[in-house]
Amino acid sequence: MTSSRSALSIYGEKAIEWLIRICGVSAIIFVFAIFFFVFREGAPFLADEKFSLWKFLTSTEWYPTSMSNIRYGTFALIAGTLSVTGVAMLIAVPFGLGAAIFVSEFCTGKLREFLKVIIELLAAIPSIVWGFIGLTVMNPVIQTVFHVQVGLNVLNAAILLALMSIPVMVSIGEDALKAVPDSYREAAIALGATRWQLIWRALLPAAKNGLLAAVLLGVGRAVGETMAVLMATGHAVNVPHSIFDSVRTLTATIAAELGEASEGSPHYRVLFLIGILLFTITFIVNLVADFVVKGIKNK
Amino acid sequence: MKHILTTALLAASLVLSGCGKKNADGSSKKEDTIALQNIGSDTMVNLAQAWAEAYHNVEPKVSVEVSGGGSGIGVAALINGTCDIANSSRKLEKEEEEKATAKYGGKHPVEHHIGYDALAIYVHPSNPITEISIEQLAEIYKEGGKFNKWSDLGITMPSGQDEIVRASRQNNSGTYHYFREAVVGKKNDFKQGSRDMNGSKEVVDLVATTPSAIGFSGIGYRTDKVKVIKVAKKTGEPGIEPSIKTTLDKTYPIARPMFMYVPPTAKPEAEKYIAWIVSEPGQKIVIKEGYVPLDAFAPKDAK
Repeated sequence: MTSSRSALSIYGEKAIEWLIRICGVSAIIFVFAIFFFVFREGAPFLADEKFSLWKFLTSTEWYPTSMSNIRYGTFALIAGTLSVTGVAMLIAVPFGLGAAIFVSEFCTGKLREFLKVIIELLAAIPSIVWGFIGLTVMNPVIQTVFHVQVGLNVLNAAILLALMSIPVMVSIGEDALKAVPDSYREAAIALGATRWQLIWRALLPAAKNGLLAAVLLGVGRAVGETMAVLMATGHAVNVPHSIFDSVRTLTATIAAELGEASEGSPHYRVLFLIGILLFTITFIVNLVADFVVKGIKNK
Repeated sequence: MKHILTTALLAASLVLSGCGKKNADGSSKKEDTIALQNIGSDTMVNLAQAWAEAYHNVEPKVSVEVSGGGSGIGVAALINGTCDIANSSRKLEKEEEEKATAKYGGKHPVEHHIGYDALAIYVHPSNPITEISIEQLAEIYKEGGKFNKWSDLGITMPSGQDEIVRASRQNNSGTYHYFREAVVGKKNDFKQGSRDMNGSKEVVDLVATTPSAIGFSGIGYRTDKVKVIKVAKKTGEPGIEPSIKTTLDKTYPIARPMFMYVPPTAKPEAEKYIAWIVSEPGQKIVIKEGYVPLDAFAPKDAK
């Protein structure tokens, strides 16, 4: 029968094979192209004699458009990004993984389908809408509940980011739990394990890698988020001392300032350096995750 | 943020106008609308929108598409040649003028003075303060300034929240540049930690919801939820209320002219539009929107 295949179908298959191959490789090309572009725009400034990398990373003074004394210190912005992301994860990880466990292990039938649809809906809300909620709903709520002067602060943005990253965590986490073979569950129950013991002792260790991936994707979402944090953090260059302080994030700074910075100017280059910095942060997060996952595997 | 919002609106309006064109193609071909891109100053965006709407009745063939973002965005668009009219609440800087001239092959962009804006100092209605001097404002806003608490100004806050929450603007804003020049001092910088809002309206909104806040924005953004306080040139001198009269006779210390810049290559409709803006009907809209008109068009009984 094989001999009866027409030339067309043979070449057709070859063509499709190539097409798929190109699709696969394209991801690599895109990543490198973006890397190249961002580095090309930002890196020349590293060699500028007026620029000090140490100051860039450690100074809290961000005055890119000063008339008398231009300073490019991003420490306050880095602190802003990390504080918002950190607090967001403190909220999102228990809720996200808890929801994943609930959907995967405790829910059945209609409730489960319903929950999944609702959680996916949560993921579909555009970030500007989240920002709007932060500005108009959360701001007065935080002001009255915590008696603080301004409701646009780390906590406000962190709650929004938590809500934005929870759907990612739930769907990936649920997949990870579903991927644990049923034989684990059966064995645990046969040994007389309670539901709690089954989840805590059998399922979570088995699904560790997948759950870690879920958390890290959530972190990535939070670090990269721009619009919502631009609106909800208060946008103040400030190293936060409490979760009620206003901050400004790296991403929001790029969004607010790149529109005006004229192409090729030092300000423009520094904003691209911030882009490189963001790249580096996510790269480190991913690398650490890789090592952690490998470490777990080797044990 | 406003910039992105307006871009989205612009995109939507483009889609809509696209639909309109299809209809026109089907029925009558002569109605070809000419679109003017009007980009820039966030201070002026309300005014620019009001003009655009009113002008549609004067010249139905011309549709003016307004978007904000800040004077810096407008100037950038002028330099990059992506607008027909750039709005700016500050004069073009020398360097920018040179860049724009280079872009248009040696021809200068045309500057039009189209009115004034009084920069109002906003506080929460519950704040007992009634006036403030430029020096006091500088101490609040500049880097190394001494005033961080309302009690430093001799004000006792009824809410008990003494710390001054400073609302400022993002650094591509013309208002930001003007405030630095007129209040903080060209040689100085802003005190870090101010809430740098992305629009005039956001500043007013923040002040409206924060009892201990102070902020600056164009007088056109005044609402019932905030209080506008008088401003004195020097501590000890009487405070001046921002108004048409005090702006035009220059007694109000922080008012500035507003400009529209037209690239030399722009469509002739742009110049016609601005001619209408600086005429009686255009200037009436300036007053109606809460800004200050050119001297010749000020109402006689202006206070």
